[in-house]
Amino acid sequence: MKDYDVIVIGGGITGAGVARDCAIRGLRTLLVERADISEGASGRNHGLLHSGARYAVNDSESARECIKENLILRRVAAHCIEQTEGLFISLPEDDPAYRDNFVEQCGKAGIRTQVLSPAQALALEPNINPELTGAVKVPDAAVDPFRLVSANILDARLHGADILTRCEVLDLIKENVTVMGVKIKDMSTGEIRKIHSHYVINAAGIWGAHIARMAGVEISMLPSKGALLVFGHRVCNMVINRCRKPGNADILVPGEVVSVIGTTSDKVPFEQCDRMSVSRAEVELLLNEGAKLVPSLRNTRIIRAYAGVRPLVSDDSDPSGRSVSRGIVLLDHSSRDGVRGFISITGGKLTSYRLMAEMTADLVCKKLSIDKPCRTAELPLPGSDNAKTKCSSLVMKAAEKREGSEVNRMSFEGKGNELVCECEMVGRAEIEYAVKELGVRTLDDLRRRTRVGMGPCQSSCCLDKAAMVLAEILIAEKLSSESGAGELAAALKKEFLQERWTGIVPVCWGEQMAQAEYLRNKYGKCDSTI
Amino acid sequence: MQESLTSGFEQCMKCSICTEVCPMMEVNPLYPGPKQAGPDALRYRMLDSSFFDENLKYCLNCKRCEVACPSGVKIADIIASAKLENAHSAHALRDKMLASTDFVGSLASPFAPVVNGVLSLGISKSLLDSTIGVSKHASMPKYSSPKFVSWFKKQQASQKSFGKQIQYFHGCYVNYNYPQLGKAFVSLMNACGYGVSLLEKQKCCGVALIANGQKKQALKNADINLQAIGKANAPVLSTSSSCTLTIREEYGQLLGKDTAPSKEKFHLAVKWLYEQWEKGAVKFAWREDFKMKAAYHTPCHMQKLGYQYYSIELLKMIPGLELSVPEQQCCGIAGTFGFKKEYHELSQKIGSKLFSSLKATGCDYVITDCETCKWQIEAGCSLPVLNPIEVLARALDIEKTKILNNNEE
Repeated sequence: MKDYDVIVIGGGITGAGVARDCAIRGLRTLLVERADISEGASGRNHGLLHSGARYAVNDSESARECIKENLILRRVAAHCIEQTEGLFISLPEDDPAYRDNFVEQCGKAGIRTQVLSPAQALALEPNINPELTGAVKVPDAAVDPFRLVSANILDARLHGADILTRCEVLDLIKENVTVMGVKIKDMSTGEIRKIHSHYVINAAGIWGAHIARMAGVEISMLPSKGALLVFGHRVCNMVINRCRKPGNADILVPGEVVSVIGTTSDKVPFEQCDRMSVSRAEVELLLNEGAKLVPSLRNTRIIRAYAGVRPLVSDDSDPSGRSVSRGIVLLDHSSRDGVRGFISITGGKLTSYRLMAEMTADLVCKKLSIDKPCRTAELPLPGSDNAKTKCSSLVMKAAEKREGSEVNRMSFEGKGNELVCECEMVGRAEIEYAVKELGVRTLDDLRRRTRVGMGPCQSSCCLDKAAMVLAEILIAEKLSSESGAGELAAALKKEFLQERWTGIVPVCWGEQMAQAEYLRNKYGKCDSTI
Repeated sequence: MQESLTSGFEQCMKCSICTEVCPMMEVNPLYPGPKQAGPDALRYRMLDSSFFDENLKYCLNCKRCEVACPSGVKIADIIASAKLENAHSAHALRDKMLASTDFVGSLASPFAPVVNGVLSLGISKSLLDSTIGVSKHASMPKYSSPKFVSWFKKQQASQKSFGKQIQYFHGCYVNYNYPQLGKAFVSLMNACGYGVSLLEKQKCCGVALIANGQKKQALKNADINLQAIGKANAPVLSTSSSCTLTIREEYGQLLGKDTAPSKEKFHLAVKWLYEQWEKGAVKFAWREDFKMKAAYHTPCHMQKLGYQYYSIELLKMIPGLELSVPEQQCCGIAGTFGFKKEYHELSQKIGSKLFSSLKATGCDYVITDCETCKWQIEAGCSLPVLNPIEVLARALDIEKTKILNNNEE
């Protein structure tokens, strides 16, 4: 008997979605992730739930896919989504003919639009460029990608899946032309072991090219870097797009309490994918283009820059490798390459992750002759079940904003209500929940699950406290080999700061420069080499 | 939300110095503190106004956080503005009554002896406490009859004979509760060679309306006062630090008004007087028999204005005054805050440190520029409290001063 029916490689949104879908259908499922969940592109994007409007003119298939998934996710992932709606604004230099065609193509794809006069648009969003010549309202929304991944992971676990983070796949177990499982290394203990399964699903994003090679197959991938800037607070309440042929830095998303502008699109070598940084030129480009959407961005504090890598896949039908597949790429390697037991799922978008997971699980079920329908379009994610909540403090309210009805599983008694991260209003109860239920082991994991240290001060204020609270909980839950909370807190802090600096250095001027100086003086020198 | 607040709050470096100087944080664990209640939570209130925290009611608006902030964040204004937009009091009638100083004062003044007598009775205090929530432990300010304005009407004619003129913003306190300060002000100004007229159509500055979330009435008062100040053809002087702060600063920061007229013409009397003295435009002659041992208390709003220097320097000119200036601390009354049943104890706790440091100076009088600090200190220290203008008027040799200043013309 095999250990699992399926092993999913990759803890991004695709892997999390696939693992959840498989687990719900009753497959014995394991997900392995070499670092932490949503550490790659899934945590390094706009957090935009596309309406599909952006693709309506050039890629009608993606557009239709997006609007369908958009409407499903608003129901089943309600707590991760803010129904902001979006505007596509036209500036004097933009071709008015594009807008007419845009509205027509949106209609064909089933995306409802509303054409607005400049005055109507400014009434909705007073901060947008007053020189606009018109706007189109579309059903875009903001989605919290961190929450979306962790809710999928949590639900996969609740349906019996096992989740192994900090376990790197060293190799695939292969017999002749069949993949039989994975050989993994536990990064915290160094232990190496083999796990067998009927199917291995490669959902490793850009790193999937490397996994495919272990199976002896080739996926021609083009790493495409997208850089983004985070501003300290909300400058608009709707997603603001530019109504023109999609280009650089033409989407501004209100993501919870911040605003995110992006993105760029540049081919980068594979070696860079593990260590992304944002250059000064990219920051300038983002700022210049962003200020065309919302001029006040020029005077708004930038708290961070970051970049993710899109896993673009060369179209199999084009032998030159130059033309890129736009949509979802599901590769059945037995029919494509003659390698059995191995499936790759890549391409696609955050918005279409559920559909990608459904297509993958359908294929696995077909291969295993299991007749179970997909239920992810109906079953709400944990936190989105509309259960009644009662939040008597701001700390509870902020926890509810992030985790939805899961706030009911947090314990705010006694110390639970204690505020830890003051910028983002994260309390001890939410941290405890994140450790027990969401697999948090480091401060950086905690940041992705709860926003600790993501605010304007980038942890200057709460780092000591957060590290100590996390250390205490890890020790109490017997999740650390360290026994002294002080030593553990010191180690957690050091690792976390290094990561924070990578994002602060590219935007170090003005208030953020002062903040960086404060951070440096309080916690020690920055060793960042950027 | 005023744009000046949203653009400035990002300067916050989370250094937390503001939390060190906040008098409320020390005594009340429920208050989230200026940093959290101000710039931190503002980001969440911008996302969703339901992130308004009821515990912001504990902010005294003493503005010590703003004075301390090295980055110039308008912390107290951010909090006050959130309260103006969102606050709901469980004691609406009481708050309205305490805030409507004009209305209540005009009702009470004609019957001052009766009202004062009734308000000081234990039974009326208990009644006010249990019905509308005015603390029975608080001593209510005394009402006075006749009103300052009625007294002034009789002086009006003689004031016109002065060649130089100033206008007086007496405010509610001088008018209804403490006309002697207004009288002292008139005699001081006359001695310095200035005739006094009242700023026409003046209304309560609105400091209590703002603190009690009554924005509509506050806006109305601001409009009337700013219009009157705009029309004034002489400097408009006030003897209250809180009225001055409200009219010069809060009208702009919190109510979004154009404060150009008040910035130009509205001044705290001590500052204006000191500046005239410095220029040589007024001169003082002091009584030789004047003796007083006093401590000067800097009101928090005075410190926010940065004006305590003027009061202290003027007082230091008085030869017979032995003046000590203990370290600045909040008295805890915060306008109407200390009169409220649910806050009375907190208010006393905050003030207690100030009371002991004032008493430790061994003074016979306390001098301060704020009327509400005066009430709190009088009740807390059992010492008489005077405004610097009163002390100057008492110490001045009126006749000699008149001659000095008239010679100049």
